[in-house]
Amino acid sequence: MQGYIYPNEFELHWGLLVVLYPYLTGLVAGAFILASLSRVFNVKEVQPTYRLSLLSALAFLIAAPLPLLAHLGHPERSFEIFLTPNPRSAMAMFGFVYAWYLMVVLLLEIWFDYRKDLVVWSQGARGPMAWLRRILTLGSTDLSERALRFDRRAGKFITIVGIPSAFLLHGYVGFIFGSVKANPWWSSVLMPVVFLFSAIVSGIALMLLVFFVSSLLRFKPVDMACLDKLAAFLLYALIVDFSLEMLDFTQRLYEAEESIKILSEMLSNRLVLSLIVLQVLIGTVVPLASLALVAPSVRHRGLLRVPDELRRLIYFVVAILIEIGIFSTRWNVVIGGQLFSKSLRGLTVYKLELLGLEGMLTAGAILLLPFVILYVLVKLLPPWPEAEVMPEVASEGDSAALVQAT
Amino acid sequence: MADEPATSGESGPGCGSTQDRRAFLKACVAAGAAPLVAGMVVAQEPAPADGPARYDPREHYYGMGIDVNKCIGCGRCAEACKAENNVPRDPHHFRTWVERYFIQADGETAVDSPNGGIDGFPERADEAGVERTFFVPKLCNHCANPPCVQVCPVGATFTTEDGVVLVDEDYCIGCRYCIQACPYGARFIHPVKRIAQKCTFCYHRVVQGLVPACVEVCPTGARIFGEVHRRSSPLERFRRFNQIQVLKPHLNTDPKVYYANLDGQVR
Repeated sequence: MQGYIYPNEFELHWGLLVVLYPYLTGLVAGAFILASLSRVFNVKEVQPTYRLSLLSALAFLIAAPLPLLAHLGHPERSFEIFLTPNPRSAMAMFGFVYAWYLMVVLLLEIWFDYRKDLVVWSQGARGPMAWLRRILTLGSTDLSERALRFDRRAGKFITIVGIPSAFLLHGYVGFIFGSVKANPWWSSVLMPVVFLFSAIVSGIALMLLVFFVSSLLRFKPVDMACLDKLAAFLLYALIVDFSLEMLDFTQRLYEAEESIKILSEMLSNRLVLSLIVLQVLIGTVVPLASLALVAPSVRHRGLLRVPDELRRLIYFVVAILIEIGIFSTRWNVVIGGQLFSKSLRGLTVYKLELLGLEGMLTAGAILLLPFVILYVLVKLLPPWPEAEVMPEVASEGDSAALVQAT
Repeated sequence: MADEPATSGESGPGCGSTQDRRAFLKACVAAGAAPLVAGMVVAQEPAPADGPARYDPREHYYGMGIDVNKCIGCGRCAEACKAENNVPRDPHHFRTWVERYFIQADGETAVDSPNGGIDGFPERADEAGVERTFFVPKLCNHCANPPCVQVCPVGATFTTEDGVVLVDEDYCIGCRYCIQACPYGARFIHPVKRIAQKCTFCYHRVVQGLVPACVEVCPTGARIFGEVHRRSSPLERFRRFNQIQVLKPHLNTDPKVYYANLDGQVR
C-alpha cells in the first residue's frame, strides 16, 4: 500500500475470477465472429474451422458465467437477475444478452447446421450416442432437398443475426467497465470497442490453436492454407486492436486529467510486468512483427519466405503469446482498475491466492473446463470436414459408414 | 423534547491535548450529558408528533450538512456508527470515517485516516512545514443521482421516498458492482453476511424522530442532519448561511451531504 486509500478500499473486490469472465466471453465472441465471417463472406480457406469454431464458442459460453457465479456473495440468489432485473443496470442485462446469444444464436445455428447430420448419424445406429443424437434431432427426420435448403437458409439468417449479437455480447462486457464513471481507468467510451477487437484477436488465436492441435491429435496433415488465412486475419485484427489501445492511451496522456498522476504511478509501480511486458511487448508487438513478416497478408505471401514447418511453429507460438497478452489485457483492466484509490491519492495491492474459491486453482479449473466441454461436443457432433454428411448422401440416408469415419 | 431531539453543542471544547480532550468527551458521553455540558442545543428535525406509527416518508427528504471547520477529528462519529449499526470492528469497514489532511506549502497533500479516526490521529513529524491542516468526516453522500442504485443488477440497493439510499440485505447478491460504481468509497462487503453495506443515515433512528448516531455524538455540532427542502430545517439554515460544496461534483451524482468550508484538495 502506498499513499492514502479510503478505508473501505482495503479489500480488492473483483479478483481473478472476474478477470476470467471477460476473457472467456471474449473467446466466445471471437470464435463466433470468425465462424460467421467465414460463412457470410464465404472464405473458403477457413471453412474447415467453421463447425469447430461454433462448438468452441458454445463450450466457452457454457463456462463463461461460472467465474461470475463463484465470485458472488450469494450465488443462490443469482436467479433474481432474471426474475427482478433492474432495467437501468448494465449488469442486469447480462442474463438477457447471454440467454439470447446462447439460445437464439449459438444453439439454433449449431442445430440447423448439424440437423441433417444428426438425422443421418442416428438412423439405424445403436448405443447411447445414437440415442443422444436422436434426441438432439428433436424428432426431425426430413432429409428432402427442400428441408436441406431451409436448413442452409435458416443457418445463414442466424449467422447474420449472430454477428451483431456477438458484437453485443462482448461490447456489453466492455460497457460494464466503460460505464463506471467513478473509475477513471475504466470510464472510456472506447472500452466496448477495445474489448470487441481484443475479443476477435483472442478468438482467432484460439481457433488457430484448437485447429492446429486437433489436426495433430487426429494425425491429419495441418491445412496450411487454412492456417495462413487465420494468421492473416489475426494480423488484421491485431493491427486494429493495437491501434485502438494506442488511441485510448494517447488520448488519456494528452488530456492529462485529474487522474493522470495516480494512473502513471500505477503503470510504473504495479503494471510493468502485466501491461508493458506481457500485454504490449510479448502479447502484441512480438506477434505483430512475427505475423507481419511471415503471414501471407499481402498478395498471398509474407514478407519473408518461410518453409511451412517453421511458419506453422511461428503461428503456434504467436497464438499462445496472443492468448497470454489478451489475458493480461483483461487483468490490467479488471485488476488495474482497482489498484488505485478513488481518492486518487494512493495505490493498493492485489494478493493472488493459490487455493480458495477465488484462487489460481479454481481459475485454472474454470479455464480447463471449456476444453473438456469441447471434447464432449466434438465426440457428439464431429466437426471435421470428412465427417460432414453431404446433401446427396443425406438424401440416401446411409449413415453407418459416416459414423465409422468419425 | 420529543419533537426536537437534541444532539450536539455549537461550541467545541477549549484547548488541551488530544488525550485530555478525548477522556473528557468520553466521560461526558458516558454520563449522557454531552448536550448539557456543551451548552447550546442545535435544533434538529422535528419528529412526527404521534410517534413512529404515523411516519410518512413522503413528508421528508433528508440530507446532512458537515462544517469542516468544526470537526476536531475526535472520531466519536465513526465509533458511534460502528456501535449503533454493528459495523465490523476491524479498520477496513466503515460507514463513516474521518480523514486528516496535511497540505504543505508546495501543495503536496498527505491524507490519513488511521482506524477511521476512531483512535485519534498520531502526531506527524513534518508538522512544521504544513500550510494548512483539517479533518473531513466522510460517509455515503446519499446522492440524488446515485450510481450505486443505477448499477445494482437486482435492485437490492434503492432510494427511499425520503431520499435515503439503502441496501436490502435479503436481496443483495453480493456482486460488488455498487462498490465499483461508488466514487466515494462509502460501501463495503460485510465479511460475514457477504452483502453490500453502507451508511443508512441510521434510518431505524430517523423514522423514530431521532437523528443519526454520528450526529447525536458529535461534540462540536460539525454534523447537521435534516430536511433538504424545508426552510425551517436546521440543514436548510446551514445551507443558507454557508458556502456549500459537495464531493466530486463533476460526476453529477448530486450528493445530499453538503460541506461548508471544504478545501479544494478534498476528494
